[in-house]
Amino acid sequence: MENLGALAILLAFCFAVYALIGSIVGRLSRRPFLIQSGQRAVYTVWALVTVAAGSLIYSIIAGDYRLAYVWETSNKTMPVQYKFAAWWGGQAGSLLFWSWLLATYSAVVVFQNRKKFREMMPWVIAVLMSTQTFFLILNAFVVSPFKLLMAGKGVIDLGDGQGLNPLLQYWTMVIHPPMLYLGYVGFSVPFAFAMGSLITKQPGEEWIKTTRRWTLVTWLFQSCGIVLGSAWAYAVLGWGGYWAWDPVENASLLPWITATAFLHSVMMQEKKGMMKVWNMVLVSSTFFLCIFGTFLTRSGVVQSVHAFAESPIGKYFVTFLAIGIALTVYLILNRLDFLKSESQLESVLSRESSFMFNNLILLASCFSVLWGTLFPVITEYAMGEKISVDKPFFDRVNIPIALFLLLLTGVGPLIVWRRSSFESLKRAFRWPTILGVAVAAGLFASGMRHIYALMSFMLCTFVLTTVAMEFWKGSRAISSKSGQNLVMAMIELTHRNTRRYGGYLVHVGIVIMFIGFTGAAFNLDKTVELAQGQSTEIGPYSIKVTGYEEGEERDQYRWDRVIVDLSKNGEHLDTVKPERRFFIASQTPTTQVALRRRLNEDVYLNFAGTGDANTYVMQAYVFPLVTWIWLGFLVVLFGTLVCLVPDKKKLVFPRMEVVGIGKPETVQS
Amino acid sequence: MSKNLKFGLLAAIILGTLGWLAAGGVEQTATYYKEISEIQKMGNDGVDKRLRVGGDIKANSIVRKGDKVHFTLIQNQLQLDVVYMGKDPLPDTFKDGSQAVAEGKLTSDGTFHATKVQAKCASKYEAKPTGPVTRG
Repeated sequence: MENLGALAILLAFCFAVYALIGSIVGRLSRRPFLIQSGQRAVYTVWALVTVAAGSLIYSIIAGDYRLAYVWETSNKTMPVQYKFAAWWGGQAGSLLFWSWLLATYSAVVVFQNRKKFREMMPWVIAVLMSTQTFFLILNAFVVSPFKLLMAGKGVIDLGDGQGLNPLLQYWTMVIHPPMLYLGYVGFSVPFAFAMGSLITKQPGEEWIKTTRRWTLVTWLFQSCGIVLGSAWAYAVLGWGGYWAWDPVENASLLPWITATAFLHSVMMQEKKGMMKVWNMVLVSSTFFLCIFGTFLTRSGVVQSVHAFAESPIGKYFVTFLAIGIALTVYLILNRLDFLKSESQLESVLSRESSFMFNNLILLASCFSVLWGTLFPVITEYAMGEKISVDKPFFDRVNIPIALFLLLLTGVGPLIVWRRSSFESLKRAFRWPTILGVAVAAGLFASGMRHIYALMSFMLCTFVLTTVAMEFWKGSRAISSKSGQNLVMAMIELTHRNTRRYGGYLVHVGIVIMFIGFTGAAFNLDKTVELAQGQSTEIGPYSIKVTGYEEGEERDQYRWDRVIVDLSKNGEHLDTVKPERRFFIASQTPTTQVALRRRLNEDVYLNFAGTGDANTYVMQAYVFPLVTWIWLGFLVVLFGTLVCLVPDKKKLVFPRMEVVGIGKPETVQS
Repeated sequence: MSKNLKFGLLAAIILGTLGWLAAGGVEQTATYYKEISEIQKMGNDGVDKRLRVGGDIKANSIVRKGDKVHFTLIQNQLQLDVVYMGKDPLPDTFKDGSQAVAEGKLTSDGTFHATKVQAKCASKYEAKPTGPVTRG
């Protein structure tokens, strides 16, 4: 089976090279045969990579532990869904997953555009296939998933494997990598189209219109991947956080930031023909940051608890990035004449200006995260000392950035293009400002003194009010004309301009998430050693240890847990059982946190260990508003889906107007 | 003032503020990576700096005393005694033989007082069995 897989990869590599060269040569020498066969080669690559992936998955599920990869990531007692997930659980398999996703995306792109963009497509294919070739080189020659542990002769079965890290055996972790990869890989497509349009000197914005849906879907997958990772870290890892600014977390965030900037600044190009060079830079940066993120996670360049082991593939990525960036920069500089803006910034108080500030601030965030992540590498190079920075650094810079972004989210959609007068701004923002200040004042009066939290709640109210006003204005207008009730009118309103109102919904979702983030300013935590019968207080809650149990789960793991009574203000709320597990095959311990989620706050209990004299070390946390983060994301998801729905097309017929009714007799005279 | 100048000025103010925040953040949290060999040479020099040191956790060296955890890190045959005083739970990957990174300060008696400990799975992606392995 492994020979089939390895052969398929090798053939896929050959066909990818062929597709790359054939498309370029065919296009330059105008040979339709070569172009056509280049397209067919893309489909062939997909088929071959699928065969390779299939053979790997088969080997994992069937339990062929002769393969090093199967041994490392799977074992007999693992449930089958985790065996499937082992495809992306380790280095070699996850790189094959990358290749397969890229092959699939490429095949879809070729198919969707088989009758369009005849000028551009060979170049689009060339860009996609050059990336594909790179990953296939890794799959075939550097980290093959089909490597055998033993030379194969005489060894029929190795018995059992090490098993997937039990920390990864959760449904969130099964979906998290595919989501992230769908995002990472997906950004290749807008990039390929951007390069194609540059090479062929396309005058219009065709490449943006074509890739808008693609970019939006890819951005959505990336967002899902990031949030799923946080949700998993929060519920599973036991340190009570959802974001640690760890290098690998940052690596997934960087392309997300530039992609968000891109989604906004393309509107400038579409409506005003501005920022053309900048959009090229943004879409390229997003793509290269994806490759960079993939590299950071695997090369051991920066220390991280998430990172795969150090490996030699680092230099391959660096080479690919260097060549790619050099070619892209050359291309953009060479085609600068075709990227001249069609209009200028007319006023600092304008929508153009808010888009520019949006981009500025997002890029500042991206730069700060990149700087902080690479600081050890930079300082080692510059000073010979490896110095790293920590969570406080990232928070210090990014919290003000986030607050400013919140402000722009409220202001941007309401400010007009070209030039806004102070009067119109005062009118538009009167209510949002009043409500925002009122909320802040109310919170201040009730005892809240945390400056950033107050600002955040004020700005969140501001933005929510602006969106509510927009929906209200539009729905009222439709409802008065058509007689529908407000809810139907709101749906009609959204349907007529899904981009705008879907976008508003996404903003609402982000604001809800920000309310959730702000809750962290009020976190409580306590570590205490309790004997049976003892209790302790945290916030309004009381925690009492009432029992202890232990056991074993069918050969998979041993467990022990503490039984805890949770009460609030004297009233019993719940009995929870935070647990520790020890997985036998991989010799790894995990903790099952007791988590009580409510809208206002989560109560989080971790059984950290046993003390000396039959005591239990308990870590208790209260996390206000965390659930708002997950709920807010659902709104973001919904809003993005709304954006993807096509606008309702209004059919307009010339109207026949009755001017009068004439009787035949009266016409006589 | 021309609009480009106005825009540029605002942008400069924003970026300047962020830069100032960043510089402060670096100063507050800058932590130096050191090898155990370097730490032992540092003596009293290292007492005030925020340090980060990595190594493998020595077998059977993990001892919990109250809310503190004592263990020993080994790197290139050199050992360093570490006391973890933080309130966050130790990671699930923290056990004998794991690679760990401890962050904190060196004390004058040579022990390392760690406020944070991170641990990686013990050579998970590099492990190779030495012969045909049968597991129960």
